[in-house]
Amino acid sequence: MMLEALRKIAEEHRAAHPPTAKTLKVCVAAGCVSCQSDQVKKALEAAAKKGGADSPIIVKGVGCLGLCAQGPLVISEPGATLYRQVKPEDAAELAAATKHEPVKRLVAPANQVFYSRQQRIVTENFDRIDPEKIEDYIAADGYLALLTTLTTRSPAQTIDELIKSGLRGRGGGGYPTGLKWSTVAKASGSEKYIICNADEGDPGAFMDRSVLESDPHRILEGMALAGYAVGAQRGYIYVRAEYPIAVKRLKLAISQAEKMKLLGPSIGGSSFQFTIEVRLGAGAFVCGEETALIASIEGKRGTPRPRPPFPAESGLWGKPTLINNVETFANIATILRNGGDWYAGFGTEKSRGTKVFALAGRINNTGLIEVPMGITLREIIYDIGGGIPGGRRFKAVQTGGPSGGCIPEQFLDMPVEYESLAKVGSIMGSGGMIVMDETSCMVDVAKFFMEFCKSESCGKCVPCRVGTAQMYDLLCKISEGRATLDDLALLEDLCDTVKHTSLCGLGQTAPNPVLSTLRFFRHEYLAHIEEQRCPAGVCKMCIPQEIHR
Amino acid sequence: MSTPSRVITLTLDDREVGAHTDQTILEVARENGIVIPTLCHLEGLLPIGACRICLVEVVGSNKLLPACATKVTDGMRVITQSERLTRYRRRVVEFLFASGNHICAVCVSNHHCELQDMAVYTGMSHLTEPYRYPKLRVDASHERFVQDDNRCILCQRCVRVCAEIEGAHTWDVMGRGIEARVITDLNQPWGESDTCTSCSKCVQVCPTGALSIKGMAAAEMKKRKHFLAQYWTLKEEES
Repeated sequence: MMLEALRKIAEEHRAAHPPTAKTLKVCVAAGCVSCQSDQVKKALEAAAKKGGADSPIIVKGVGCLGLCAQGPLVISEPGATLYRQVKPEDAAELAAATKHEPVKRLVAPANQVFYSRQQRIVTENFDRIDPEKIEDYIAADGYLALLTTLTTRSPAQTIDELIKSGLRGRGGGGYPTGLKWSTVAKASGSEKYIICNADEGDPGAFMDRSVLESDPHRILEGMALAGYAVGAQRGYIYVRAEYPIAVKRLKLAISQAEKMKLLGPSIGGSSFQFTIEVRLGAGAFVCGEETALIASIEGKRGTPRPRPPFPAESGLWGKPTLINNVETFANIATILRNGGDWYAGFGTEKSRGTKVFALAGRINNTGLIEVPMGITLREIIYDIGGGIPGGRRFKAVQTGGPSGGCIPEQFLDMPVEYESLAKVGSIMGSGGMIVMDETSCMVDVAKFFMEFCKSESCGKCVPCRVGTAQMYDLLCKISEGRATLDDLALLEDLCDTVKHTSLCGLGQTAPNPVLSTLRFFRHEYLAHIEEQRCPAGVCKMCIPQEIHR
Repeated sequence: MSTPSRVITLTLDDREVGAHTDQTILEVARENGIVIPTLCHLEGLLPIGACRICLVEVVGSNKLLPACATKVTDGMRVITQSERLTRYRRRVVEFLFASGNHICAVCVSNHHCELQDMAVYTGMSHLTEPYRYPKLRVDASHERFVQDDNRCILCQRCVRVCAEIEGAHTWDVMGRGIEARVITDLNQPWGESDTCTSCSKCVQVCPTGALSIKGMAAAEMKKRKHFLAQYWTLKEEES
């Protein structure tokens, strides 16, 4: 498709769906589908039909609306009234209400801050487009960046724009994306590959899933742009099979884009060709590690291999490979549409742009948010997140999943940046944010993550295979009040060995939850060991205290 | 595709040495008489960097790198022995002893065991961490060989020699983490394997008593690994 044809589709689609049209938007991402938003949508469609042709109501599915714990969510336009916990039997009432006053009992409590403090770039289309309709994406300026880049920028200029934007890898490592792209572009060989890492596996994290389910074309466009910039003709999306809705929408999006010739041979009338294939992961956390992921795509057992050589030099089938995370690719089209300088205007000196977080745990507004880098943890938890339920006291926030750490109260006013989070022993990670209050035991938290790492270790290298199991046993011993101070010293020694000698990131970061809880909550470990007491009242001691005394 | 090898210089423990860019740190060290301990590595098989015994420090890198799987680069400064490396190597050996059931006195490979040698090398006289005492399987279904998981350290030499040299790919790894095991075919008993050619290469490269020839008493099983070197010499002559 040529640029003019794309513009025409966008204009026609926008004309057919003016912002003044009465529209009911139903969230069809996994969170709301799990509480039957699909039934709600059907009921609304039926109710809209009954309303007659004189006052037409458009019912459409849209992406994740953010307040996931309040689902199913419906937005009524114009007016952007947000309804929560909608049931199929509310449909007639909601349809009728488009003509007059909103249905008061279903309106979500005015939560201005939840939306106003956010900055939407990756999630800009979530409440606007139907993820299963390519025309919706095109009407929201979709594929514009791809077609204009192909005709107006050279690959080198494309990468320059990305370097200017300051975008860093959103999978957690924070490696400068532009630098990665230019390394792959410079690698020798004409056969290169693009991989989108959609093997999101951190407990409590659902950012990538939401992006894939809400705006799949954004990923395809980002990958095609990457292909153009580094000189690759083939892309793979490695997505976990546990995300069936994401897989379905990705496959649909690929076939739609191919039909419109936005993927395939000679895209936009240029000589550039690009195809994308979906590969399913079978549920191994370690396949999120890039070399294990590559092995898995090749049909081998998903285990990591030593780096160097890095995939940029020798990746899939031994060829130079660019591998980025879902959220990273989701930023590309917008950056190239608006320019690198525009993107660099968000965030802080070293961490530009925005970050999507999945808020979970002991927090009022559980859900998906996108915030500018540099926002403080306090703003995220208390303003956007609405604070801790039940008036309980905040204890820590866990970022970065099993590779990250727990950040205590004294750092709540710290800005969220790659470097600042690392300084307090955690990491940015892919965006999971689990809030804990005074009823959470930090030994128990460390034990939970160690159990996760132990069962997700692939077993290839010795320190991770045996070390995680030994550390888990020691944590069990501590949480049951059976441990001594020698056990604690041994635990710290094992943490050091596993961190520095493991083969891949999984093992190297597996001790982090222990190390960070030991750093800030050592007194809780000591209470378990010296007094056989769990301060939060979570752990069950194997020796009743009175007998022990 | 691959760029031709160049001659470079690097430093190994304060010694300047020459090398080709297609060599690994381990190869260059051995050429120069510098000992870096190894366990999963075996010359003639592709390195996998799994056991972490051969980790070395490279100045400028914040990570320790496996000497067996890391190619040398120009001006590289490598430290092969340090207090820290010794501590880590010893801990890795402890991990191996803790995770299996290694009872040397009754083992066919006593005195001819690379794990035992590594315990001596690292000075591991006793364990500072608890033994795990896993309940593991012994498979004596093959008419000539025995597989004893109690003595397996998952070095994957058997997997590699079978796939890379024999071309049968009978062996592979099943399960994750501490549950990972080496299996034949689709976890059938070894004796019922359709692909095993009974060539005994796996038995000969196994560093411990995990794979042995039937009918051996304690300390009788000596492994013969020289066939690998002969194989590659023949290959080179052919080409």
